[in-house]
Amino acid sequence: MIKLIPRVENSKAMILLSPIIALILTALSAFVIFVFILEDVKVSNVFFTLFVEPFTDSYYFSELFVKAAPLMIIGLGLSIGFRAGIWNIGAEGQYVVGGIAGSAVAVYFYDVEAVWLLPLMAIAGILSGMFYASIAAFLRVKYQVNEILVTLMLSYVAVFFLSAMLQGPLQDPSGFNFPESRMFHDSALLPIIWEGTRLHIGLVVAIILSFIAWFGIKKHMFGMQIKISGSAPRAAKFAGFDDNKTVWYTLLISGGLAGLAGLFEAAGPAGQLTPGLPSFYGFTAIIVAFLARLHPIGVLFSSVLIALSYVGGENVQIDYDLPKSITQIFQGMLLFYFLACDILIKYKVILFKTIRQTL
Amino acid sequence: MNEGLLIDIIIGISIASVPLIFAAIGELVVERSGVLNLGVEGMMIVGALLGFVVQFHTGNSYLAVLAAVFGGMVIASIFAFLTQFLLTNQVATGLALTLFGLGFSAFVGRAYTEETIQLIASSNIPLLSDIPLVGPLLFSYNPLVYLAFFMVYLVWWFLFKTKQGLILRAIGDNHDAAHAIGHNVIRYRLLAILFGGAMAGIGGAFLSLVQVPIWGEDMTAGRGWIALGLVVFSSWQPFRVILGAILFGGITILQLHAQGFDIRISAQYLSMLPYLATIVILVSLRMGAKNKTNRTMPNCLGRIFHSTT
Repeated sequence: MIKLIPRVENSKAMILLSPIIALILTALSAFVIFVFILEDVKVSNVFFTLFVEPFTDSYYFSELFVKAAPLMIIGLGLSIGFRAGIWNIGAEGQYVVGGIAGSAVAVYFYDVEAVWLLPLMAIAGILSGMFYASIAAFLRVKYQVNEILVTLMLSYVAVFFLSAMLQGPLQDPSGFNFPESRMFHDSALLPIIWEGTRLHIGLVVAIILSFIAWFGIKKHMFGMQIKISGSAPRAAKFAGFDDNKTVWYTLLISGGLAGLAGLFEAAGPAGQLTPGLPSFYGFTAIIVAFLARLHPIGVLFSSVLIALSYVGGENVQIDYDLPKSITQIFQGMLLFYFLACDILIKYKVILFKTIRQTL
Repeated sequence: MNEGLLIDIIIGISIASVPLIFAAIGELVVERSGVLNLGVEGMMIVGALLGFVVQFHTGNSYLAVLAAVFGGMVIASIFAFLTQFLLTNQVATGLALTLFGLGFSAFVGRAYTEETIQLIASSNIPLLSDIPLVGPLLFSYNPLVYLAFFMVYLVWWFLFKTKQGLILRAIGDNHDAAHAIGHNVIRYRLLAILFGGAMAGIGGAFLSLVQVPIWGEDMTAGRGWIALGLVVFSSWQPFRVILGAILFGGITILQLHAQGFDIRISAQYLSMLPYLATIVILVSLRMGAKNKTNRTMPNCLGRIFHSTT
């Protein structure tokens, strides 16, 4: 068995080392899994495809950031909420609703070429995401209904709503009855920042937002408020912080950002609204936020790491005929190991055997 | 509306509520011990998969149900180890469990997506099931349906009529005090988490072994989360789980029948109803409550326990 001895001070070395240990453990587990499921294949080759290949080819490399951008934006919003102990677990729903609303603007103005179109779509995405999350905020503030359950239930609702829209008002009239919207025209598409790839302006927006959030949390009173509300709710009350305000702000911020990410996905890589919009990014962003230790700058890195598991994972799927779910397994394992390794920061872990020797 | 249809609807509601009863009654015990496990959805889907796989290969329904119980417990033990020994955040760990369970079952289940199995047959209790009306309504269910209702009784009996149940509730309300008078907090919580896993596993298996003879990676469709909502709805009282599950099952079945009846609402909007209903039920419960704080909630729910002694 194991015994935990609390450290007097959090171990600074372990703050840096524990994510690395978690990564190594995940890689080792992946190795064991591959040895079991793949016959006659050199596992080192699989590892190369998974971890190195995305960096060797400019298309794969750009895809890394195409996938990281939405994760960054959603993960950023979630990390702010999680800090305050507000669990917006249904970001997927806000993401989908944001995509629908933004696309609705694009479809409505499909014959208009204008520079204001894209900003308008972005605003629609943000506002609708905010609105969707505000349902949970309202119910939590007014009736103390748990926001985890409300946001989650609403994410299922959002997916049905998307399907209803794509077979109704937003369906392409000349699309042979496929449940897809019209293709967006040029002024409704996100500008590409790397010629020849799908890498769009969303990445730049994501990075700017991360720094704004970092600054906001560090310098602004609100940052203090959410931090204390999460770690010491009683102290927050004594300090006169308004609990309800924290709930509203964090859910509006995370909902708005998820909505923006949804619109970026429709106006970016997809170029239209499709049933494929709910891509699980809203849930994966939860992992991104935790891997970043809920830090806005950390989100920049953890989102790329998770994107690597997507891009490398896709290559492995194609090369070795593996299902998509393999990526999800690794992401889940990574989060398990990461959470587990954090024990090393606050505690010394000692096996019972060694205790007997030291006594 | 004819009698046959009515009987069909009532039977349908009972069957739709069973997976929720299993999953929610397990989670209720877990939460009574002071632990919040958000991995119910993940444990259910693993149970659904293992039940299906074992039924497919052996054709033995008993083994299939046991496999689902076992699978739910194994995956719950990951959560138990992390939260009880490595003191991880329960919300995050539960979410990880759900994400992992969904991924794992989709991965393993890939080989079975085109297969079908023999469903577990209904029991048709001799003589009693032949009584008109009462027979089909009460005595012609699958054995697992009776087990679900029996488990609710058993949990109630355990929590409120046994010494161990009292200790478990005490641990959930004040783990420090319970520890101080010599109770093993961690052991009780471990067993509670494993029980929660077993029940979620059976609940999932009910979907793949009784409701539909196929495996699909999204077959739980949020029922694990709805079960979590039912525990809140029940105010942590076992028998109220049944009430909540029947309410939810009723909405599920009615929307299915409405889709059959050419009502002019598209299927997508009707399919939203069970999820919206869960929210409405949670809200209406709080609207009726007199005081703001939920008094029946176990005090230590979600709090980390670590003894230095």
